[in-house]
Amino acid sequence: MPVNTEKQGASFSLPQPYEVSREAVAEFGLATGAKAEYHFDTEAATSLGYRDVVAPTTFAVIIAQKSEAAYISDPDSGIDFSKVVHGSEQFSFTRPIVAGDVLSAVTHVDGVRSAGDNAMITTRTEITDAAEQPVVTVTSTIVVRGDGE
Amino acid sequence: MNPIDFSALTIGDTVVESEIPLSRATLIDYAAASGDHNPIHWNERFAREVGLDGVIAHGMLSMAVVIAPLVEWLGDPGAIVDYRTRFSAPVPVPDAETGSPATPTTALKMTATVGAVDAAVGTARIDIAVKSGEADVLSRTQVRISR
Repeated sequence: MPVNTEKQGASFSLPQPYEVSREAVAEFGLATGAKAEYHFDTEAATSLGYRDVVAPTTFAVIIAQKSEAAYISDPDSGIDFSKVVHGSEQFSFTRPIVAGDVLSAVTHVDGVRSAGDNAMITTRTEITDAAEQPVVTVTSTIVVRGDGE
Repeated sequence: MNPIDFSALTIGDTVVESEIPLSRATLIDYAAASGDHNPIHWNERFAREVGLDGVIAHGMLSMAVVIAPLVEWLGDPGAIVDYRTRFSAPVPVPDAETGSPATPTTALKMTATVGAVDAAVGTARIDIAVKSGEADVLSRTQVRISR
């Protein structure tokens, strides 16, 4: 089944808010070489003016990919995940994510276009906090390789 | 904390350089931390079946490990306003032939240089070149910072 271009303009929400824990922040830091104290030590984070430990820069991808999955795994999207290649990624921050944040996400399908045998898809995931204030926007492009390859 | 002195930044200057070793264990740790369990990042047979030469690193792992040294240099994680990249080539991560699976089998080399600066406003763009061997594995990697 080909990629469904009629999904352009559709939106998908994270089924339930993502609660940022100190443990998840520390685990992501350890896995990605983010060694700064403020990822692990609450006092180090509060001394910089943050409410709690600060998540590493790309931590938002956890939430974004959960939200994007609602679109990508929807059978009606026509996306064969085994043929997906990640093209690009962008994080635009209003503020850093900190432990204790309860984050919601909505993924907007901004573009679905054919390029030869392939399809290129752009999604934009808006991540907001419990007060419905913007935190970070995650824009991702993926390429779905065609059957010809 | 010492905030970045934007008037001391000169376009073209290298501000951070680092080499980041990767092993199969790095990929497993990232899969667990990120929730991205795509088997192309840990199963050799599956990776070959979908047309790869073997297991490759998550693009998002590369994106994460090359920003970490820059954020440490910045001092304040809130200084980052925007971070973007394109995934231009896969990063193969072979299994170590002997010893621990945590034995590094490849490395990423990151070089961060000043791409633009506006000292009056207190903003700058840092460009990061990322190589695995001779290959540019990330391209147009840009970090916008603000005081």
